[in-house]
Amino acid sequence: MIERLVAWMILTFARLLTGVQAFWIGCQPSAEQRIYFSNHASHGDFVLIWATLPSTLRRLVRPIAGADYWNRGALRRFIAGRVFRAVLIDRTRAEGAPDPVGQMLEALAHGDSLIMFPEGTRNTSDAVLLPFKSGLFHLASGHPRAKLIPVWINNLNRVMPKGELLPVPLICTVSYGAPLERIEGESKADFLERARAAMLALRPDDGEHA
Amino acid sequence: MKAWMQDPVLQLFAGALLVLALATTIGSILSIRIAKGKPHAVIDNLNSRIFAWWWMVGLLGASFACGKSCVIVLFAALSFFALREFITLAYTRRGDHIALAVSFFIALPTQYALIWIDWYGLYSILIPVYAFLLLPILAAVSADTTRFLERAAKVQWGLMICVYCLSHLPALATLEVRGQPGGELLLIAWLVIVVQGSDVLQYVCGKMTGRHKVAPTLSPSKTWEGLLGGIASATALGASLHGFTAFSALEAAAIAFTVCVMGFFGGLVMSAIKRDRGVKDWGHMIEGHGGVLDRIDSLVFAAPVYFHVVRYWWT
Repeated sequence: MIERLVAWMILTFARLLTGVQAFWIGCQPSAEQRIYFSNHASHGDFVLIWATLPSTLRRLVRPIAGADYWNRGALRRFIAGRVFRAVLIDRTRAEGAPDPVGQMLEALAHGDSLIMFPEGTRNTSDAVLLPFKSGLFHLASGHPRAKLIPVWINNLNRVMPKGELLPVPLICTVSYGAPLERIEGESKADFLERARAAMLALRPDDGEHA
Repeated sequence: MKAWMQDPVLQLFAGALLVLALATTIGSILSIRIAKGKPHAVIDNLNSRIFAWWWMVGLLGASFACGKSCVIVLFAALSFFALREFITLAYTRRGDHIALAVSFFIALPTQYALIWIDWYGLYSILIPVYAFLLLPILAAVSADTTRFLERAAKVQWGLMICVYCLSHLPALATLEVRGQPGGELLLIAWLVIVVQGSDVLQYVCGKMTGRHKVAPTLSPSKTWEGLLGGIASATALGASLHGFTAFSALEAAAIAFTVCVMGFFGGLVMSAIKRDRGVKDWGHMIEGHGGVLDRIDSLVFAAPVYFHVVRYWWT
């Protein structure tokens, strides 16, 4: 009950701020098991993806988020754990810490769809995309049944640039591409390059804004 | 006649609803007769436009029924959405962030608050003078000089169009109009009906008889037939509704003509910006119409002129 209320408040705030619109370019919303992989510029990224999914699908889709950020403080823990049912992964790679890919595969084995950010961390640089971590490759080969959907979130980096406290209202779009084919025997580097190209192909052509 | 039936605001909205009901009927007949229930680009767009009009008339009607404060809040919200669309298409950099935050969260609410307390002396210079000076200072402090003048100019232009000019419409509610005590909301309704009516009539006349394009590079859908027919009939509409205002029929016709011409050129200017940025619409908030700015561009250009005409000659 309270989770749904908080979810509604967060989604309403996100919509008011960004008027977010979905472009289903290469696929349609579906309950089939999917791994949505997207560019990552802000903590609000998965909220926008969530906001553009039909409400019936939201319960099936879990974002991957860093435990170091979302486990800090009761409110963040509540939002990540109870509202968005995030899979909180340990990015410290400390001795004895759970393996992130293992945690994600476990969620996939459970039947959940995932939202993941192959850059591994927020992109606060001027580059369009950071180099990909290998997580997406391991998920793709470790759980071949899930469809791999490239996603591009546009403009959210302008809404809240690094180091600013106050967001500025700007219209954001979320583009969903066609599922990425799996090619037998493809190397990790080639696969990640293809995934990256599929994401970049979704970038709206608005020239000046990266 | 019952007393509530004599309420002029109610009469105007009843009229608007009647026109909408008629339009909806025609739209349905077109989609059954001509499109035969199959997808048809022009007719489907027409019907989604009509459907959106129900919402827009409903919202406007509700705010009028609730009074001056609600009208001000409604237009403040429209300014917010319009400015959001404008800044989305404008080139800004990280160094503009504070200036943008101030535009949205301080300049915009302050402008409408000043209208609410009826401080004409300040709301007429807040954005053209104080925002104009303050915002570039905020941007300069961030020390990012890339395309500086262009960025500062765009933020200012967005505020002028989306907030300052638009706010002159609800500002009419604060005027005490000679010869028509309590009729301020009617003045707003009259302008909205005439200018939006002109847009609709230009669209209808253009679709039915349009041959010769006015400005092919700016707006391929605007034709001379649509423009002349639309403005002439909207002027007639304005004159025929003069009884709801303090204007005589002739005055109403002259004012209607002026605001329609301003509205037309407003649409042209906003089209030029869209064309330059390579987009068809400002946004997607209103099904069939595009963004909020696509719908109010003509009102934005007409409102300040109308406000000054009324303020100078009728108060």
